[in-house]
Amino acid sequence: MTDVKAATAEKTAGAARKGAGKPGAGRGLRLLGTGIGRLWLFVLLMALWEVVTRIANGSFFPPPSEIVAALHEIWFSGPASDLFLTEKAIEDFKPSFTNLFTGWAIAAVSGVLLGLLIGRSRLLGDLLDPLLQFLRAVPPPTMIPFLLVILDLDGPLQITTIAFGVVWPVLLNTIDGMRTVDRLQLETARVFGITGLTRLRRVILPAAAPKIFAGLRVSLGFALILMVISELIGQTSGIGAHLVLAQQSFELAEMWAGIVLLGVLGCLFNMVFLLVERRALRWHVGAKRLAD
Amino acid sequence: MKARLARVARGAVGVAGAIALAELVVRTGLVDAEDVPPASTVLLRAAELFADTEFLTAVADTVRAWLGGLLLATVVAVALGLLLNATPWLNSAARVVVELLRPIPSLALIPLATVTFSSVTQSKMSLVFYASTWPILINTLYALRDVDPVAKETLRSFGFGKLAVLLRVSLPSAAPFVATGVRIALSVGLVVVISTELVAGGGEGIGGFLMDSQTGGGQTDLMLAGAVWAGLLGLLANAVLVGTERRAFRWHAAGTEAA
Repeated sequence: MTDVKAATAEKTAGAARKGAGKPGAGRGLRLLGTGIGRLWLFVLLMALWEVVTRIANGSFFPPPSEIVAALHEIWFSGPASDLFLTEKAIEDFKPSFTNLFTGWAIAAVSGVLLGLLIGRSRLLGDLLDPLLQFLRAVPPPTMIPFLLVILDLDGPLQITTIAFGVVWPVLLNTIDGMRTVDRLQLETARVFGITGLTRLRRVILPAAAPKIFAGLRVSLGFALILMVISELIGQTSGIGAHLVLAQQSFELAEMWAGIVLLGVLGCLFNMVFLLVERRALRWHVGAKRLAD
Repeated sequence: MKARLARVARGAVGVAGAIALAELVVRTGLVDAEDVPPASTVLLRAAELFADTEFLTAVADTVRAWLGGLLLATVVAVALGLLLNATPWLNSAARVVVELLRPIPSLALIPLATVTFSSVTQSKMSLVFYASTWPILINTLYALRDVDPVAKETLRSFGFGKLAVLLRVSLPSAAPFVATGVRIALSVGLVVVISTELVAGGGEGIGGFLMDSQTGGGQTDLMLAGAVWAGLLGLLANAVLVGTERRAFRWHAAGTEAA
C-alpha cells in the first residue's frame, strides 16, 4: 500500500525534475496544494495545542514552543564541531545507543543463525515450536526485575533485556522465511549439484531475505521501546533516565522534550532501515509486497 | 490428524527437554543456584501462585487494565477509521499526524502518565489505549480502502443506503483485518501494562508483584514464576483471539491465512 504511494511520489518527483527546465509554476502550485492538503491538520493541532496550553497555563502540558526550546537547549545547542550536540547529549545518547544497537545486533545475529539452523530441519522446528511460542509470549519487561538481581545495572541489564526481547521476531521470521523457499528453486539447485554453503548463500538466504528483513525492522522498533523501559527502571544514564529525572524534578518541558526526541528517533530508525531494506532487496519481486 | 498428533508430541518432548536442560545446568553447578533457581522450583512456584489469592488479585488487576484499554482502543480506532475513510480531505492530513504519533515509544509516555493521572490503573489503561490504537486504526484504514467496490456499488444500485452498505459490506469485509490489528495490539498491550506497573509502582498488578519480590530480598524463583504467568496469559489471550477469528471469519480467506 505504502509502496503504491511511494511509487507515485517517486513518479511525481521524477516528473518535477523533468519539468524543472520549463517554467513549471502550475506544477509547483499543485505540489504546494498537496503539501497543504496533508499538513494542515498537523499545523492546526500544533497551533491549537500552543494556544490552549498558553491559556490554561497548566504545568503538565507545556506549549510545543517550550518543548522545542527545551529539546534544543538540552541536547542540540552544542558547538558545531560536535554536530551541535551538547555534552549532555553525548552523555545521554552514548549509553542509550550503545545498548540499543549491541542488544539488537546480538538478537539479529543469533536470531538469523538459529533460525537458519532450526528452519533447515522439520524435526527441530517441531521440537522447539511450543517453547519458542511461549518465550515470545513472555513480555520482555517481566524479565527486568529478575535481571536486576543477577546483572549489573548499567549496560548488561539493558543489553540483555533488549536482546532477549527482540530476538523472537528475527528468529521466527527467519524460520518462516526458510520454509517458504520455492520447491522448484531447491530442486533446480539439487539438479545442478548446488549444495551446502553455496546453496545456503545463493538459494535459501536470498529467498528468505525479505522475511528476515521484515523481522529485523520490527525488532529494531521494539528494541527502542525496550531500551526506554530498561532505562526507566534501572539506569542512571541515558535518555530514559533523563525522562525519570525530569519527571521527578517536575521539569515537565524537559520530560516532554525527551518524549519528542524518542518519537523522532523511532521515526528515523524506521526510515533509515526502510531505505537500507529497499536497496538490499531491490532485485526481489516479493520484497515489495512483504515489506509492508 | 496423525501428523498433527506427532507434532504435538514432538513439541511436548522439546518442552520437557528444555526444562530438563535448565534444571541440569543449575543442579550441576554450571550456573550459580543462588542467582538462577532450578526450573523445577520455578514451575513449583508458578503452580503455587495459582492458589495464591494475592497473586490472583494482581493478575485480575493487570488483565482488567489490559483488556479495558484494548476494548476502548478498538471502539475508538474503528470509529475513527470509518470517519477518516468517509472523509478523504481529512484522511490524508490525519495520516501525517498518525505517522508522527505512532513511532513514539508508548513506554516513553509512562512518566507523563504518572504525573497526569492520580491512579496507576488510569495510567495503565490510557497507555494501553494509546499503544493499541495505532495498529487497529491502521489495519482498519487499509481494510476499508480494500473493500470490493463492486459489492458496494451492487448494494447501492439495489437502493441500499449508506448505513446499510457500511453494515453489510464494508464492516464485514474489513473485520478480519481489524481483528489482526487487535491481535497485534493485544501483545503490545500486555507489555505496556506490565511495564507501567513496574515503573509506576504502587504494588499493583503482575508488575507490582514482580517489583515487590525484587525488593523483598530478590526472590528470583518468584520473579521467574511471575514471568511464566505473564507468558501464559499472553499465549492464552492470543489463542482465544485466533480461535474466535477462525470461527467468526470462516468464510473469509484472510481468516485462514492469518491462522
